[in-house]
Amino acid sequence: MSVEVRLPTLLRQYTDGTASVTADGATIGEVFTAIVGQYPGLGGQLVDESGALHRFVNVYVNDEDIRYLDSLGTPVAEGDVVSILPAVAGG
Amino acid sequence: MTFPGTPTLRITRDQHRTIIGHCFDGLPDEACGLLGGPAVGAMEEPTGVITEVFPTRNADASSRTYTVDGKDMLRAMRTMDERGEVLVGCWHSHTHTEAYPSPTDVRTATANPNWIYVIVSLKPEHGVPVLRGYRIRDGVVAEVPVELIG
Repeated sequence: MSVEVRLPTLLRQYTDGTASVTADGATIGEVFTAIVGQYPGLGGQLVDESGALHRFVNVYVNDEDIRYLDSLGTPVAEGDVVSILPAVAGG
Repeated sequence: MTFPGTPTLRITRDQHRTIIGHCFDGLPDEACGLLGGPAVGAMEEPTGVITEVFPTRNADASSRTYTVDGKDMLRAMRTMDERGEVLVGCWHSHTHTEAYPSPTDVRTATANPNWIYVIVSLKPEHGVPVLRGYRIRDGVVAEVPVELIG
């Protein structure tokens, strides 16, 4: 499935400034593997060492938060828009 | 201390009232929200002008921590996209401590080094809410001047 992945400002430094990239995959995990393959600098920014979604990153497939779906196992359909947003948090 | 090139945060009195009101409404928990406005360059440097203030839900529902609800953030981002502008900062309340970034705030600011972080102190001893702006980069906190306009 070919999907559009929208990147937050901070991650665009790893994609030569590109805000939106197209990638193929059946799940979010596969799509992330594909974009890290295209832009190796993204490695470690989306998925941590244990293979889980990075804590400070929120990912939406269209409008759905993947943490409420199947996290990295969430399936994607052709033409879906995957939005990556930094978590905004503090105390 | 201020980072070179720091803009002055310019908020209207109405926007100020929205922020303060949301902070009080959130008690006893911390309240939070986002700021939208024009930005320049690939790293989206805020100009300091704020065209939209977004009160958001605190997904932590805690008096000690906040997380901007993800859907509220997505909605805010889309609103700014439609205008050709971006999210340029966020705000949250400290219910009993000073209007200064906590160690937690400094740690979590790494995701948005270009942003302006506004903190509102509702510390009762102040008598009035205190609103201050900051930039936080690589663990360093620098003040952003705040001007009330309109």
